Amino acid sequence: MSLGRFLLRRFIMLVVSLLVASFVIFGAVYLAPGNPVSALTGGRSVSAEALQVLTERYHLNDPFIVQYGRWLGNALQGDLGISITNRADVSTLIATRIPTTAGLVLYASLLVLAVGVGMGVLGGLRRGAVDMTTVIVSAVSAAIPAFVAAIVLILVFAVDLGWFPAYGNGSGFLDSIWHLTLPAIALAISALAIVARVTRAAIREEVGKEHVQTAVSRGIPRRQIIRKHVMRNAAIPITTVSGVTIASLIAVAAVVEIAFSLNGLGSYLVQSAQSKDLAVVQGISLLLVTAFVVVNTLVDLLYATLDPRIALGSRAL
Amino acid sequence: MAEAGGARIPLLDVDQLTVKLPVEGELKTVLHGVSLAIRPGESLGLVGESGSGKSMTARAVDRLLPPGATTEGVLQFDGHAVSGLSGARLKSFRSRVAMIFQDPRAHVNPVRRIGDFMGEALCANLGVSSESARGRAVDALAQVGIEDGARRLRQYPHELSGGLLQRVMIAAALLTEPDLVLADEPTTALDVTTQAEVMAILDELRREFGLAVLFITHDLDLAAAVCDRTAVMYAGQIMEVRDSALLHTDPLHPYTAAIGAARPDMTQSAHRLRAITGQPLSAFDAPADACAFAPRCSYVQEVCRTARPALLELDGGVTRCARALELRGALGGGKR
Amino acid sequence: MSATAAAVPATVERARRRTLLGSIGVVGWICLAVIVLVFVIALIGPYIAPYDPTQSDLSLSYVGPDGGHVLGYDAQGRDVLSRLLVGARSSMSGPLAVVLLSMFAGTLLAVTAAWRRGLTDAGISAGLDIAFAFPGILLAILAAAVFGASLVAATLAIAIAYTPYVARVLRGAALKERSLLYVSALEVQGASALSICGRHLVPNMLPLIVAQATIMFGWAMVDLAAVSYLGLGVQPPDPNWGVMISENQAGILQGYPLPALTASLCIVVVVVAFNVLGERLYEAAQHQ
Repeated sequence: MSLGRFLLRRFIMLVVSLLVASFVIFGAVYLAPGNPVSALTGGRSVSAEALQVLTERYHLNDPFIVQYGRWLGNALQGDLGISITNRADVSTLIATRIPTTAGLVLYASLLVLAVGVGMGVLGGLRRGAVDMTTVIVSAVSAAIPAFVAAIVLILVFAVDLGWFPAYGNGSGFLDSIWHLTLPAIALAISALAIVARVTRAAIREEVGKEHVQTAVSRGIPRRQIIRKHVMRNAAIPITTVSGVTIASLIAVAAVVEIAFSLNGLGSYLVQSAQSKDLAVVQGISLLLVTAFVVVNTLVDLLYATLDPRIALGSRAL
Repeated sequence: MAEAGGARIPLLDVDQLTVKLPVEGELKTVLHGVSLAIRPGESLGLVGESGSGKSMTARAVDRLLPPGATTEGVLQFDGHAVSGLSGARLKSFRSRVAMIFQDPRAHVNPVRRIGDFMGEALCANLGVSSESARGRAVDALAQVGIEDGARRLRQYPHELSGGLLQRVMIAAALLTEPDLVLADEPTTALDVTTQAEVMAILDELRREFGLAVLFITHDLDLAAAVCDRTAVMYAGQIMEVRDSALLHTDPLHPYTAAIGAARPDMTQSAHRLRAITGQPLSAFDAPADACAFAPRCSYVQEVCRTARPALLELDGGVTRCARALELRGALGGGKR
Repeated sequence: MSATAAAVPATVERARRRTLLGSIGVVGWICLAVIVLVFVIALIGPYIAPYDPTQSDLSLSYVGPDGGHVLGYDAQGRDVLSRLLVGARSSMSGPLAVVLLSMFAGTLLAVTAAWRRGLTDAGISAGLDIAFAFPGILLAILAAAVFGASLVAATLAIAIAYTPYVARVLRGAALKERSLLYVSALEVQGASALSICGRHLVPNMLPLIVAQATIMFGWAMVDLAAVSYLGLGVQPPDPNWGVMISENQAGILQGYPLPALTASLCIVVVVVAFNVLGERLYEAAQHQ
C-alpha cells in the first residue's frame, strides 16, 4: 500500500532535513571568522585555564565530524552545552522560556485559523460588500510586518486605551494570557491575511467547479453541498497554506517577543546573537528548526490524508 | 407549442425560451426563442456547433444557469413551470430530471468515493438509508455493465478510466428513476470505442425504462442514429426539428443540408471537402432582424435579410427558414 | 470551465487584456508609480534630505514637528524626515539584493532540474525540500551571531533561505515549458541546451519570473526590516526604516509615536505596493 511508502519517505525526509539543519547550525561556528575558540568565547579574553577547559569540554582538537557527532549526540540527550554569558546549562536556560514562546505561537495559530479561515469562508461564499471588505482588509493586513503591528497595537490598545499591557510576561495563567494577547495579534495579523486570501480563493474556485454543478442538478440541499463538496475539497489547499503559515510563526515569534519584551525563546535567541553566546544560539536554533520541520511534516501528512489522490498516486502537483 | 403527430401532453415543453446572461456587466442573449417538446419515452437529439446554445438549453431546463441569468418564455416540465418550483416540488423535479454531463472526471468529486457519489442523491433527497442506497447502487452499476460494483463503490474517481466513470455517472443518474434524461455530450470526452459502448448502454436503458432523453451532441449522424427526432441549433436559435429518418434525405433547412453535405463520403472521391463557408456565429452576435445563417447560406435571398424568420411547422417538422416553402424537398443531398 | 464562459468567443475582450502591462489595471499602475517613486528617493535621498540625518541633539529628543522639521525629531534629536529619506536607500537596496540573488540562483536550479529531469531533477528537488528547513529570519539571526550583525550578512542569509522557494515555483513552470513542442523541435535541429534555455525557455518564463520577483521583494523587505529592527541587520547610526522603528519604540510609550509610525508607514506602503502589483503580474502571467 502506497500510503505506507509515502509515510516512510516523509519520515526519512524529516530526519535528513534535521540532520542537515543541525549540521549547518553546528558548522556555522566553524565558518565564523577566527578560530572556534574565539567564536565560542565571543571574542572575550579568557584565562588560560578557562581556555583549557573549553578546549577539552568541546573537544576542539578532535576532527570536525567527530565533534559534530558528539554535539548532536549530546543535544539528543538534552545537553546543549554551556552559555558563556550566564555560565549555566543552555538546556535549563531554554526550558524556562519554552512555555512563553509555545503559548504565543499557539495563541497566534488559533487566531490565524479562527479569524483567517472564518473571514475567507465568509468572503468566499458571499458576494458584494462582505466580500469586498474581506479582500481589502486582507490585502492591507498582509503587508503589515509583525513588529509594525506590534507598535500600532501598543499605541492604540496599551497606551491610548489601556486595555492590555504593553510589555512583560505576566504571572499566573489568566494574567499570562492577557499579556500574550497583543503579541499574539501582532504575530497573527499578516499570517491571518494570507490564510484569509487563500481560503477565499479556494472556496470561490470550488464553488465554480463542475462537480458542484452535478450535485446541484441532483437536488442535494445547498448546506450539504457546501459542507461535503465545497469545504471538503477546499480544505486541501486551505490546510496546506494554514499549516505552512503557522510554521513560519515559529520564526517570526522572535520579533514579537522583542517588541513586547517577552521572556521567550526568540528574544533570548536575539539577545544571545547580539552577545555572540554561540552555544545558546545553536541550542535555540536547533530547537526552533526542529519545531519548524516537524510542523511542516505534519502538514504534509494531513494533506495526504485529505487528498486521496496523493497517497495512492505520485508526488504532489 | 403542440407538435404534429402527438396527442399526448409533452413531458418537457419549451416555447420561445429566451435566456440572457450577464457578460461584462451587460445582459447578452444566449438563447433566442428556443422551442422544442419531448413526449414521455421519446428521444430528441439536439445538434449544433460550439456556441450554438445546446448546452445552455439543457442547463436552462435543469435550472443550472449561472447567477444573474434571466429567462423568458415557457419552460414546463410535466405541466408545471420549472422556474416556479421550490421546496419539495423542486426536489421532486430534480429526481425526475437527471443530467449526464460531458466530462465525467470534472463532474465527479475527486476526493470522495464512488459509493458516496452514487448514494448522495438517494440519501439526501429521497431519505433512503445508506445500506439500501448501496444495494441499489450496485444494481445500477450492473445495469451499465460494471460487474464488481461493491468493489467499485469503495474506489475513488481517479482509479477509474474515463469510460468507466461515465458509465458510473449514467448509473448514478438513473438511480432516482428519472422520467427525463438530459445527456450533454456524454461521449465527446471519450475515445471512439468507448463512445460506442456508452451509447449502446444509454440506448438500451432508454428502451428498458421508457426514458425520455434529450441527447445533446455536435455529431449530426450520431444523433440521427439514436434519436427519434433531431433538432438543429445555430447561433442560439432552433433552426430545424425533424424526424431523424428524414433529416438526411429531406432536410427542411439549408444549414442541416450543408452539414450533411460537408460530411466526407468514403464511396466517392472529390477534389476538396465541401465545407460551409464563413465562421460559425455565436449566439451573442445573432442579428435581431435577419436570418442568422444568411451570410453562409447558399440559398440566401433578400427576404432572408429583412427579418428573423419565425419557426414554421412543415411536413411533420419545424424549420426557421424564410424560404422554407420554396426549398421544400429540394435540400436533400440524396446521400445515404 | 463553466459552459457560460466557454460558449462565448469573446475575442475582442481577450485581445484587450493581452498586453502584460494592460492587464495590471489602474491599481497596478498606481503601485508601479509608488515603487518607482520610492526607488528614486532611495537614489537621491541623501541629496534632497533637508538636514543631516546623523546629526543628533539630545535636547531635541522627541520634539514634535516645528518649522523646517516637518515630522519632528527622533529619540536622538535627529530630523525624522531626513532619516526617512536617506534610510530609503538601505531599506530598498537590501530587498533588491535578496531578490536578484535568490531569483538568479532559483532560476538556475529550476531550469537545470527541469532540463535534465531524471536523477538530476530528483536530486535537486530533494535538496530543495531539505533546504526548506530554514526560515529566513532564523538564518539571518544565525548569520548575525556568527559573522557579526550587518546588512550584508542578513541579506545573504535571507537570499539563501528564499532560493529553495523560488526554485520550487519556477521548476513547475520550467517543466511545463520544457514539455512544449517547440523545445523538442529545437533539440532535433541540434540547438544546444544552453541556447534553448537561454534564448527560449527562460524568456518565455519571464512573466512568471517578474511576478515572483515582485512578490518576493515585499517579503524580503519585511524580513530584512525585521532583522534590522532586532538590531542584527543595519547598524545604527545608519538610517534604516526598520532600525528607526526599534530606536523610537520607546517614544510610543511616552506619547511620541510620530517617528516610529512614519517609519512603519513607509514600510507598509512599499510592501503593499509590491504585494498588489506582484499579485496582478502573477495573474497576468497565468493567463498567458
